[in-house]
Amino acid sequence: MTMSEIRIVNESRRHFLQAGIGLTLAIYLPLGRAASSAAKPGKAGSAAAMSETFEPNVFVRIGEDNLVTVIVKHLEMGQGTYTGLPTLVAEELDADWSQIKVEGAPADAKLYNNLFWGPMQGTGGSTAIANSFEQMRKAGASARAMLVAAAAAEWQVPADSIQVKKGVVSHAASNRKASFGELAVKAATQEVPAQVKLKNPKDFVYIGKNVSRKDSKAKINGTAQFTQDVRLPGMLTAVVAHAPRFGARLKSFDGARAKSVKGVVDVVAIPTGVAVLARDFWSAKKGRDLLSVAWDESQAFKLGTDEIFSQYRILARTPGAVAHRTGDAEKSIGRAAKRLEASFEFPYLAHAAMEPLDCVVKLDRDSCEVWNGDQSQTADQNAIAKATGLKPEQVKINTLYAGGSFGRRANPDSDYVLEAVHIAKAIGGKAPVKMVWTREDDMRAGWYRPLFYHTLRAGLDADGNLVGWQHRLVGQSIVTGTPFEGAMLKDGVDATSVEGAANLPYAIPNMLVDLHSPRLPVPVQWWRSVGSTHTAFSTEVFIDEVAHAAGKDPYHFRRDLLKDHPHHRGVLELAAQKSGWDKALPHRDGVRRGRGIALHESFNTYIAEVAEVTVQPDGSFSVDRVVCAVDCGMAINPSIIRAQMEGGIGFGLSAALYGAITLKEGRVEQSNFNDYPLLRIHEMPQVEVHIVPSVANPTGVGEPGVPPIAPAVANALFAATGKRLRKLPFDTSELKII
Amino acid sequence: MIALTINGKQHTVDVVSDTPLLWVLRDTIGLTGTKYGCGIALCGACTVHLNGAPVRSCMTPVSAAAGQKIITIEGLDSRVGHAVQAAWDKLEVVQCGYCQSGQIMSAVALLSGNHKPSDSDIDSAMAGNLCRCATYQRIRAAIKEAAKQLG
Repeated sequence: MTMSEIRIVNESRRHFLQAGIGLTLAIYLPLGRAASSAAKPGKAGSAAAMSETFEPNVFVRIGEDNLVTVIVKHLEMGQGTYTGLPTLVAEELDADWSQIKVEGAPADAKLYNNLFWGPMQGTGGSTAIANSFEQMRKAGASARAMLVAAAAAEWQVPADSIQVKKGVVSHAASNRKASFGELAVKAATQEVPAQVKLKNPKDFVYIGKNVSRKDSKAKINGTAQFTQDVRLPGMLTAVVAHAPRFGARLKSFDGARAKSVKGVVDVVAIPTGVAVLARDFWSAKKGRDLLSVAWDESQAFKLGTDEIFSQYRILARTPGAVAHRTGDAEKSIGRAAKRLEASFEFPYLAHAAMEPLDCVVKLDRDSCEVWNGDQSQTADQNAIAKATGLKPEQVKINTLYAGGSFGRRANPDSDYVLEAVHIAKAIGGKAPVKMVWTREDDMRAGWYRPLFYHTLRAGLDADGNLVGWQHRLVGQSIVTGTPFEGAMLKDGVDATSVEGAANLPYAIPNMLVDLHSPRLPVPVQWWRSVGSTHTAFSTEVFIDEVAHAAGKDPYHFRRDLLKDHPHHRGVLELAAQKSGWDKALPHRDGVRRGRGIALHESFNTYIAEVAEVTVQPDGSFSVDRVVCAVDCGMAINPSIIRAQMEGGIGFGLSAALYGAITLKEGRVEQSNFNDYPLLRIHEMPQVEVHIVPSVANPTGVGEPGVPPIAPAVANALFAATGKRLRKLPFDTSELKII
Repeated sequence: MIALTINGKQHTVDVVSDTPLLWVLRDTIGLTGTKYGCGIALCGACTVHLNGAPVRSCMTPVSAAAGQKIITIEGLDSRVGHAVQAAWDKLEVVQCGYCQSGQIMSAVALLSGNHKPSDSDIDSAMAGNLCRCATYQRIRAAIKEAAKQLG
């Protein structure tokens, strides 16, 4: 496989339909038996028949114990894949939800690739449910057909006279019934069906209902296994000293004092710094803190955030690579009766998942086994193979629960995974290694959401119609120089930089969107909802400004520009209606109150959010209530959809209120949650989620809840105070009444 | 050697006395339900009970926990504990789950001393526990649900 074959993450649904046809009906030998390569579709064969389990395909395993194990190819990082994908199987299998168990798939791109990404296994772009929708249903339906065929043979009755309901196979006329477990062995000898008929949505018993999360219990009683929790015999824990600036290199180090710490076993140089290995984390960290390290900073990046913004402002005066052009924006704005212009600033953002980055590696001469909350198995497998000289298939990845990720664990350079591998290599594989980053290491390691500067211009004619729109973005590309460049960078435009801006849904006759992608040594990557983290803010705040300049209500102004976009319009109307948009907010003495609306599509999911804020005289404010309307196609699990909207809104609010990684002379100024604060419980608004009923194929919900909240709040703050905040995080001093 | 009573069981551990209780629980004893999140008592992922009170084990030297009654998520076996875990399950609170041991330990400590917590009681008891997935709305609802069940 060549990496350039990877298709873009955010693919259209049309592409999905083309890619999604055909279930991988590979049969492989059950666990504990001799390994065999995947056989072709067809008869399951005698090997499977000898076993005690029935494996109709690589996604389903049914044991004589009547348990149905669903093998989930996507990482569970909180978004609900370990519930959503099994729901699809259980639905078509007519299993009982209580008999469903979940297992993470091994790293194997041939069997477990993301159907939207070609030959790549990985989780991202809110694709897990969307790319698996048909595949997992077919997996369940095939298993069901084979169970039915087994019962028909056993009972000598026609297959179409057999019923399956909640895990029980029955034949009413002869009053016979059997469990899946009782039929498993015989089912394994049945022909794998070439074609299966999927249910009519009106017959769904699990899809659209709130089936319980499969990962709840383990996460409530402390038994859920995260990478941080892996314990192997003889394992050493490694803590690493990293360079203080991006681009600096190790010159020399003295590990003598570190080695004097009880429990420290070794100190080794690796490409990214110096690793201290100990019997436990605390000894390793103590040792790390006692290292003397000299860095060569001659090639290091030494600019600060202010200098970067200054350079970006200069760049923004010149045209960039064109991402979208309709009509002649320059001319139409030049001739307009009323012109508006604004600029927006966005800082670097850290993912700051609650589980600091970590990875466990057991390196042997002819194998490398990895334990990791892995968001990008195939890329990591290939990178590890290259670093160790092994073949990709000699790299085994055990995908564990990730304690959050938000994109970070899908690193295009496999950065932290390779660091762990290099440590294992440096000690000659003599012990399994658990690399643990401290919170400070995690915060300062880079791979941030890029810093961006946007300028927007708009023109209104004498009647208040929006005639021209010009949007220029300046910010680092996250795909340049990565294996994704070939697929995601076209004509100098990184699709992830302009998503949400280049495809603005509003009917504007003249529009120009262009982009500068300066190269800086600060490592950047995707961060939950990617380009939409900044494009939703600038476009939705600016359209609000335009509406006010036109003397129109910002909801009605948007609505009128969406005649050709029924999905956008649908959620906008629903959010407005449920929030009581046309009624004034109740007045409260001594405070200013306001309501704001924002609309954004990302990953084929349409969301509108209305935020209500209360602003104190000192400029501090609370977000009291958020009404969210979401159109994500067919709702597989409404409770999980609501959870993702609630969580996405909280995640987006953290960034809007506090999120900023800043540099001073090239050094990251933040270190922990004291200077990179996250939203806390008392700051969480009351969130109401309304899901648009739909029979369309499902789209993703992991990311799209994030983008609309910051602009909705900014627009609400304007409604309350008359002040436009165009910089994130918000500077509340601007809201102070002097 | 330091003697510890964890979840009703006696342990004798050979660690340096300034080692945080968190790492003794996780690396020495093997109770990994208590999580490392920040190391400086800012996130609450490491919350355990010391004589019934919620403490941040990442900043509690093991010597300070010697001879005291330590309860971790694995040893939560009280009426309040079960009610909180049942409410967490019923209302589907968890997402990534990493912070939830700490959230639950804080919620149990709150409800053990206050059977009818107001919203502001919940805010003050839970404000030290970060959740990056922002499951806060459901945490609040689950605490109220547990309070209801406890009567």
